[in-house]
Amino acid sequence: MHELSLAVQLVQAAEEVARAADAKRVTAVVLRVGALSGVAEDALRFAFDVATADTLLAGANLDIRSVPVTVHCRRCGVAELPSLQLFRCPRCDTPTADVRSGRELELESIEVE
Amino acid sequence: MTPRILEVRRGLLKKNDEIAAGLRAEFAAAGAFVVNLVSGPGTGKTLLLEKTLAALRAIGRRPAALVGDLETDNDAVRLARSGAPVRQINTHGICHLEADMVGRHLSGWALADFDYLFLENVGNLVCTASYDLGESLRVVLLSVTEGEDKPLKYPTLFNTADAAVIAKWDLAAACEFDPAAAERNVHAVRPGLPIFRLSAKTGEGLGEWLAYLESRRLSEG
Repeated sequence: MHELSLAVQLVQAAEEVARAADAKRVTAVVLRVGALSGVAEDALRFAFDVATADTLLAGANLDIRSVPVTVHCRRCGVAELPSLQLFRCPRCDTPTADVRSGRELELESIEVE
Repeated sequence: MTPRILEVRRGLLKKNDEIAAGLRAEFAAAGAFVVNLVSGPGTGKTLLLEKTLAALRAIGRRPAALVGDLETDNDAVRLARSGAPVRQINTHGICHLEADMVGRHLSGWALADFDYLFLENVGNLVCTASYDLGESLRVVLLSVTEGEDKPLKYPTLFNTADAAVIAKWDLAAACEFDPAAAERNVHAVRPGLPIFRLSAKTGEGLGEWLAYLESRRLSEG
């Protein structure tokens, strides 16, 4: 359960960007969360409500965009992994530990006014 | 005011990642090989570390350790019996170590005096995966009492590890533990991960583990 500290980091980053742009408040936040990032979406939503109270983000909408895990296979190239329980190329079944996406935990953009 | 969209594209763990990168450079410059031990609570990280510190000292290496727990310095007291420099990090409720906690607990230590620095993380199979501590090696422990399917239940932690230890090996038969199934599950979520079957209590497998640490340390330098 480290979602609260992540939400606090999120608020700090968003406020910093908003202030630099002379914005009065942040109305929406877009977050990219990888399936391998170790973050639980429900916990993050709960923490977001707590962490945004009395900040420029109070009442802001949280848009979480899930990033699927993709792996690289030497023969078939990059492909999306259908299950986190099996790191194998979905096309030719070769095991691969070469993860190309899915670890993201990124504040993509904010909407301000 | 009309709403505007501002691009940010910033990692939420950026601050931790930057501190970790600084630590990694510091460790490399000092020649200290840093190992981050992660597992659930009660898997046997402290006993493995106790035996590892003693065995490394016995062959003339200079190990040190930072040990993370929510409260108490029980583990640090235990580990200090090996004679190695040990410090406790109390996280007071935080469920994982962060790079900044590691950095703050290094003050007054000359890193060049250490061949190894072990970071025993807080017992947690989820959050510890997200925080880079500047280590060269992340080792995940799974004990035979926990069941063979742990890697499937916590794929992120196993996927991001560099090696796995199957701990409490001396209890494997009593627990009807199926090592082949456990190793298949580890390799399902992290193909090619080196796995060590180890009993810190009896010493079985400790030699292979130490040889692995030494080879990784030397290939780093």
